[in-house]
Amino acid sequence: MNGRLNHFLGKLLVYSILAGWSFICLFPIYWTFTTSFKKNKDIVQGHLIPWLDFTPDWIGWRSIGLSPDRIGVVSTVRDEFLLRFENSVIVSTGSAGLALVLGTLAAYGLVRFQYRFLFYRNDEISFFFLSQLILPPVALALPILAFYNGLALLDTKAGLIIIYALSVLPIVLWVMRDQFASIPIELEHAAMVDGCSIWGVFVRIVLPLAGPGMVAAFILALILCWNEYFIAALLTSTNAKTLPVMVASQVSTSGIGWWTMAALSFASILPLVLVGLLLERFIVKGLTAGAGK
Amino acid sequence: MAATLAIQLLYSFGALPLGFATWRPVLYAYVAWSLCLGVSQVLIYGEVGERALFVLPAVLFTVAVVIFPTIFAIFMAFTDWNLSSTTGPRFNGLANFYQMVGDPYFWNAFGNMGFYLAAVAVEYALAFGLALLLNAEIRGRKFFRIVFLLPFMLSPVAVSWMIGKSIMDFRVGPLTHLLRIFGWENPSFFTSPWIARFSVAALDAWLWTPFVIILLLAGLQAIPKELKEASAIDGATEWQSFWYVTFPLMLPVSLTAILVRIIFQLKLADIVINTTYGGPGGATDTISSFIFREYKDRSNVGYGTMMAMFYLICIVIFLTLFLKATNRFSKRARGI
Repeated sequence: MNGRLNHFLGKLLVYSILAGWSFICLFPIYWTFTTSFKKNKDIVQGHLIPWLDFTPDWIGWRSIGLSPDRIGVVSTVRDEFLLRFENSVIVSTGSAGLALVLGTLAAYGLVRFQYRFLFYRNDEISFFFLSQLILPPVALALPILAFYNGLALLDTKAGLIIIYALSVLPIVLWVMRDQFASIPIELEHAAMVDGCSIWGVFVRIVLPLAGPGMVAAFILALILCWNEYFIAALLTSTNAKTLPVMVASQVSTSGIGWWTMAALSFASILPLVLVGLLLERFIVKGLTAGAGK
Repeated sequence: MAATLAIQLLYSFGALPLGFATWRPVLYAYVAWSLCLGVSQVLIYGEVGERALFVLPAVLFTVAVVIFPTIFAIFMAFTDWNLSSTTGPRFNGLANFYQMVGDPYFWNAFGNMGFYLAAVAVEYALAFGLALLLNAEIRGRKFFRIVFLLPFMLSPVAVSWMIGKSIMDFRVGPLTHLLRIFGWENPSFFTSPWIARFSVAALDAWLWTPFVIILLLAGLQAIPKELKEASAIDGATEWQSFWYVTFPLMLPVSLTAILVRIIFQLKLADIVINTTYGGPGGATDTISSFIFREYKDRSNVGYGTMMAMFYLICIVIFLTLFLKATNRFSKRARGI
């Protein structure tokens, strides 16, 4: 009897800790979402639960022109927001795509073939790529800034895409190497015997099998690029400014309503929250690539 | 191939006296040269060349984006270049280096990095505990896993506002309310240096613990159940079976998780910039945020680059030592 009680108490403890941490994870998102519907007095008095504590109103969403009653009306704030949103979408998908192409090719080559360039062999080449991961953005940012100035790439989306692709390339390579290593080489040999060229084998046999890994690598790259602030804040000003830079500039503006900030923050995290909810499997796959070894 | 290289060299040197408005043509020349290199590989070496095409694009890309700026950075580090002044870069020898050595704020930021790195250890312990719970026989593991992963998806800038500026707001933030109830008279998270440091570390942990949890959970799930059952049959207590079976098996995954965490922690900047902007009095500065402010506030490119280069060298030395140490450590652990 005592044992069963202990067992029950143990279970209770486990679940309450898990629930507690879930609360810590979810509360900020909930808080931001509800705050975008709160009037000033509700915020000051710390009301938390809609309809019970306060009457929700589209106040935050109205201020950025995205509430139902403002959706048809012209709004400069909304245009600005949508422009930044579009920039973020183009830059993050562009750089994740570029990194995926380069990284997938390189990973396949490094897993399947032997290379020699001067004293560099496969291991050294892999290490060369992966070591780019330790490069802090700050070490590259200022020289790139001066460099882009000369190349007229400053404040362009293309410039941002290039440097983002560089920063996520090691991660793509890491995930894809893991993926390719798990594909049996016999399949490729069989296709070779049937007269496929190296590239034929790669495109027709290997790529379809590597689909899950590619999705995982792409999403991981997408998350990192979407959230990147440091480099974007240095390299962009009016044209290519991305969403995080816009949110950050609003934060430092004094006198901006909490409801506006809440709506803006929530709108900027929403796409990734959805990605996280729907594609969690792939993110986990990407994160844990190579972790089992 | 040699011909294209020669043309390319002539072209890039020719770009200067001919006086293009920008250096863009050099960029195009580089791309064209890369294409020629690829084609010539296939033509000269045949099938072996086709193999090279897999790695070549990535190599050329990385070289272009990393090596050239780095060479440029080494040059910049020894100049007094300030973007807001009218004069261009002027060589000033080691003056930047001496300025850095004598800059208390830089060393303060350096010390802060030590603190933030130490925070990784706490984060690891927390994540390990949660991963163990997730791996226990529980219902709804999938739900918890998704929820636990969510913070990782969020933009640090948005989170800086969501948590740092609103939930932890000193007047009306809910966390402030909560702590008032628990008897902390005047909770303010970003005014005294140590509390501010802990607040920033907590924010950072909120964002990054999910990553460590997921990695450790994958490691735990890869451990065969039989091992634990066997140790239970041998009469090991829960604690013994964790300490002598689970933990040693988890060592490689743990080291990977910690290493990746350290690498990303060394880049920490966005939270600091967006919650405290380094304050109070530089107490929460990381090296990255410090250099960021140096550029944003004073446009001091030369000095900033010197610090960045110095930091990069420190990182490389530190990580090399760390890898060596962990290698030896895990070898010894395997020996037992």
